[in-house]
Amino acid sequence: MELRFTPEEIAFRDDLRRFFREKIPAEIRRKVAEGRHLEKEDIVTSQRILNAAGLATPNWPVAWGGKDWTPVQRYIFTEEMQRAAVPLPLQFNVFMVGPVIAAFGSEEQKKKFLPATANLDIWWCQGFSEPGAGSDLASLKTRADKKDGKYIVSGQKAWTTLGQHADWIFCLVRTDREAKKQRGISFLLIDMKSPGITVRPVITIDGGHEVNEVFFDDVEVPAENLVGEENKGWDYAKFLLANERTGIARIGLSKQRLARAKRLARETESGDGMLWDDPDFRRRVAEIEVGLKALEITQMRVVANQRHRDSDKPDPASSILKIKGSELQQATTELLLEVAGPYAIPAPEHDQPEGWNEPAVAPAWADAAAPLYFNYRKVSIYGGSNEIQRNIIAKAFLGL
Amino acid sequence: MDFDLTEEQRLLKESIDRFVADNARDPGAHGAAPDDKALWSSIAELGLLAIPFSEEEGGIGGGPVETMIVMEALGRGLINAPYLPTVVLGGGFLRLGGSEAQRQEFIPQIVDGSLTMAFAQLEKQSRYDLHDVTTNAKRDGDSYVLDGRKGVVLGGDTADLLVVTARTSGARRDEKGITLFLVDGNAEGVSRRGMPSQDGQRVAEISFDNVRVPAGRVLGAVDGGLPLATHVVDVALAALCADSLGAMEELHRLTVDYLKTRQQFGVAIGSFQALQHRAADMLVAVEQARSMAMYAAMMAEESDAAERRPAIAAAKAQVNRSARSVGQEAVQLHGGIAMTWEYKAGHYFKRLTTAELMFGDTDHHLRAVMEAGGLVEEV
Repeated sequence: MELRFTPEEIAFRDDLRRFFREKIPAEIRRKVAEGRHLEKEDIVTSQRILNAAGLATPNWPVAWGGKDWTPVQRYIFTEEMQRAAVPLPLQFNVFMVGPVIAAFGSEEQKKKFLPATANLDIWWCQGFSEPGAGSDLASLKTRADKKDGKYIVSGQKAWTTLGQHADWIFCLVRTDREAKKQRGISFLLIDMKSPGITVRPVITIDGGHEVNEVFFDDVEVPAENLVGEENKGWDYAKFLLANERTGIARIGLSKQRLARAKRLARETESGDGMLWDDPDFRRRVAEIEVGLKALEITQMRVVANQRHRDSDKPDPASSILKIKGSELQQATTELLLEVAGPYAIPAPEHDQPEGWNEPAVAPAWADAAAPLYFNYRKVSIYGGSNEIQRNIIAKAFLGL
Repeated sequence: MDFDLTEEQRLLKESIDRFVADNARDPGAHGAAPDDKALWSSIAELGLLAIPFSEEEGGIGGGPVETMIVMEALGRGLINAPYLPTVVLGGGFLRLGGSEAQRQEFIPQIVDGSLTMAFAQLEKQSRYDLHDVTTNAKRDGDSYVLDGRKGVVLGGDTADLLVVTARTSGARRDEKGITLFLVDGNAEGVSRRGMPSQDGQRVAEISFDNVRVPAGRVLGAVDGGLPLATHVVDVALAALCADSLGAMEELHRLTVDYLKTRQQFGVAIGSFQALQHRAADMLVAVEQARSMAMYAAMMAEESDAAERRPAIAAAKAQVNRSARSVGQEAVQLHGGIAMTWEYKAGHYFKRLTTAELMFGDTDHHLRAVMEAGGLVEEV
């Protein structure tokens, strides 16, 4: 057993640290560090810088721009990117549809989509959930009927994250209504400019526009946009969701937020000294730090064991990472809310009233704390809610 | 970064696991009391007492990972033997602070099973603070004279050799002025009252009344014993984390088995989602504890206390939290059967609770993490 990285891994890490801080604009990283809303250009700019350096899609096959990295290198990459507050490459492109197309798509699809997906020339969104299909995803109803060499798609997708920016959507659709649940589902790529698609914003409790509803009204989709085989879409979705779950712990992000909360607490006056001097506050920090260290080691165990994983054996690791990772992400946003304290209450509008030149009473970062806290309630709900993860552990691993 | 066992470690684990399977204790079972002496000599025959010592000293040159393998197995089998006080604590003091002469005299005796040890440090007022010492040692010619009382000394009632913290200068809670002494358990002026612990091990109250200890039995530096004691206790904390991990693993397995077999309302109670989720949460707690037990093992021999202390404290805090929830949940999910002395689950619960209170509870270790400023800073 050895916890430390090799000298080569440390050099690899230090190169990345330098790269992220020198090449990704500081303004974008500040927004991420403060948990603020990112504009489309911020995400595109950041991903194109990564892509130009060959760092946008390290998880893809080497032939399509991936890196022949060890699991440890991949781990270091993700951790450092999160700790440097670099926007993660668009997950729908890089962790979801990209790997699916690379693994199951036709040669034409690979050529058409993969380079553009890596460079974020195409912005993808995910069409999985529906109003009646959340945790029970396989009960989805959006149908795609084959007619004259085309699919005619009708239905509604829900919780479509950043769909307002999207050029394309990858959808799970029902192509066989007779077959049992999972059997009749296909994986379809749909141009968002197709006639019959309507995108409606859903404003979330933090006041942000992150998610949408997408309506399909007899949308014509060329048959060549089917990925893999018809009615095998569930298998591709499972492949994709497995990718989603290992990345979902976001330990680097929680470490960055926790470290930031500690720094802000040292800079925040409270009572006769600083908030950091308050033992009740420090105790809460210590509790989170201990859980985070444990999860970090758990994640490292999973990473280190990847080289001898038997993929057929049920492994509770991704569910454990999801449950604990989301709880800790939420705990760090709670901590930032507590550091901001009463200064988190106002929700200032961006335009200052005319003639008001007084310095603000609240610190500049404080107004982002509450929206971030509200927004992060999502992380224990999406990606298979934490209760679904407990079902998976109980059934697949404990045999209950 | 590597969490695999080496080939030797894997073989060691196999042989210990076999031994534990044959010797696992069932405190609720009726029949003759276990023969502790026979158990200790079979542990010696297996070579487990030689683990942490160098080959020149008759040991096998193992480290904290090997100790973790042993302790995890002892916890899993509820095995009560003075391994922690003798090999981990006593052996740790000799390894990390003993003089050449002391090591040559005592280590071979530990290895062959003829010498047991105990660490007498806790006092009436000290709780978990190693530096809170009133037991007094006065220099008198070529020796020291010890006076004071120690309690909850694990394995202390029968130990042949005691490591005792005593104050040679300074005030009660001063970090300087503490000296460690190797004291013969049967020396004149030592009186001991042994009793069982809640989990069936042995602990003792020990009085030192004008006990004369030769100066050659000072362990480490006069007045400077605290850093050594802190390091050895950290090594012991890592070992305790492994013991609790083993107990948690087995208790979780026992609970899941019970959920599959116990029938109510015409079905296995494990088919109820309310119970499935709690069993899943137990697994999460066990795995978090496993990660931190491994972390503790990898950090235990770190000589820089500024690196080691917060890591070990964080590990014990996590293992304690996991132990408490796994222990309580196991009893609850079993229901009434786990309240009986006859059934095994309650004994695991008690072992976990006892370990939780040994060398620092959760609050104590969280405070240590806090005082170190935590574990994560901005890069």
